[in-house]
Amino acid sequence: MRSGPSAFNRISVCLGLGFLYAPIVLLVVYSFNASRLVTVWGGFSIRWYAAVLEDSQILDAIWVTLRVGLISATVATGLGILAAVALARSGKFRGRTLFSAMIYAPLAMPEVILGLSLLLLFVAMGIPRGFWTVTLSHATVTLCYATVVIQARLARFDISLEEAARDLGCPPLSAFLKVTLPNIAPAVAAAWMLAFTLSLDDLVIASFTSGPGATTLPMRLYSQIRLGVNPEINAVSTLLIAVVSAGVVAAGLIQRRRLKSA
Amino acid sequence: MKRSWPAGAAPFAWLLVFFALPFFLVAKLSLSHAVLAIPPYAPRLDLSRGAAGLIGFARELNFATYTRLAADRLYLLAYLSSLKFAAIGTAILLAIGYPMAYGMSRYGAFARQTLLIAVIVPFWTSFLIRIYAWIAILNPTGLLNQVLAAFHLGPLNLLNSQTAVIIGLVYAYLPFMVLPIYAVLDRQDESLIEAAQDLGCTPTQAFWRVTFPLSWPGVAAGALLCFIPMVGEFVIPDLLGGSDTLMLGRTLWTEFFADRDWPAACAVAVVLLGTLAVPIALFQRQQAKVLS
Repeated sequence: MRSGPSAFNRISVCLGLGFLYAPIVLLVVYSFNASRLVTVWGGFSIRWYAAVLEDSQILDAIWVTLRVGLISATVATGLGILAAVALARSGKFRGRTLFSAMIYAPLAMPEVILGLSLLLLFVAMGIPRGFWTVTLSHATVTLCYATVVIQARLARFDISLEEAARDLGCPPLSAFLKVTLPNIAPAVAAAWMLAFTLSLDDLVIASFTSGPGATTLPMRLYSQIRLGVNPEINAVSTLLIAVVSAGVVAAGLIQRRRLKSA
Repeated sequence: MKRSWPAGAAPFAWLLVFFALPFFLVAKLSLSHAVLAIPPYAPRLDLSRGAAGLIGFARELNFATYTRLAADRLYLLAYLSSLKFAAIGTAILLAIGYPMAYGMSRYGAFARQTLLIAVIVPFWTSFLIRIYAWIAILNPTGLLNQVLAAFHLGPLNLLNSQTAVIIGLVYAYLPFMVLPIYAVLDRQDESLIEAAQDLGCTPTQAFWRVTFPLSWPGVAAGALLCFIPMVGEFVIPDLLGGSDTLMLGRTLWTEFFADRDWPAACAVAVVLLGTLAVPIALFQRQQAKVLS
């Protein structure tokens, strides 16, 4: 039995969460500010949201970002399932050290290095920079995150279930698809969402690997932020925060309900 | 079991082409020199001339970019201040993140899950947006100074300062520190603490002799997960730091985008990677151990 939280524990958690949330809350509050000044409250208004809907540059950037995210997250998750199966099941094989190094290294690697190196690859291959180079780059980096998430679930999966299916005459691939995959489906969904969010959020790698006509939302926001704070950025940010938190909270609540019923 | 190996073939090949191969290109390019052309570097490998092309190419490579960077004080300063910022940031994160993770692990199962979601949401929220939020707070006319003025204090001019960069680093990376430490503390067997207390430990002693040493893998993972990317951080020094805030990630970005000096950008990347090779290898071993 855990001893309950002491006063010190409660204070550390509250201060920590306050620190994490205060800037986000302020940013959201000031997106509803009627004043053009981000730091002076001029009454409630949704005019900046209306401005976002009329800003074709922002809308284009959102569209590009969504397409990049959808494609790259799907590719990354597909490859991530394969990589996780190879890492979790095949024990020692030649090149395993290199393989796992390539999976874990991008997780902590500074983004400027990843961006620069991918760009040089596209230049060397003579591929013009644009939509597809960003998408390929995002798929590469998020593949590693997806693999780690799926591998963690696969490590806990009882392989004898799949073996039982095969003993009953199921071919290996179909045993995997019919028994294992449905079991690890929540982790696969989580991996896809993580990959999608990371792609949505990325500024550095996209800046290196993107080209004309493929400006993503973070790139657009970054160039506007460099010009100074502006309530329209707050409005776009609030929309993004709302979408992402809704997804995370929903996923978290589903897990918590399962915990409660268990 | 050998049969699963083909499953790994596609991602393995993918990572070889898109992750490993590009590093050789970075290393190669750091040995060439900048020219006014597209792409802006020379020499270029001309394989149509066969072996002669390869030899001619290899002869033109040299370490001139590295000697040029080594002779320039600004690069050395950027290098040292990157390490300084990352070290200070990691130390502060440990001081804030550990008590927070420990506090979370003391709650009941239901509350723990809620707190976990509360920490994960900012982790998923855009990095750029969370740093942007601080610009409005730290501005000379910003919210921090408005609060200070209400107490007849200030004004503090924090934006574009080193303090702002530290605040930004700590803020942006806090979930990366809390989550690994929490994961370890959450799994810890409570009966160990009870045993320590039965043997006469006070709760404080039990914490320092049992809980803290056992949480070491989480602390190490959190510290590495924060320190490594912080050394190469670009967005935070660029948006919150002043023009005098030198960090390698920003130097690389400027060399590449503003100066179009690709070989210099690559040399900076190689130095950055060389510096981080040991921490990255440690992180990998840790992750591989945790997962298998």
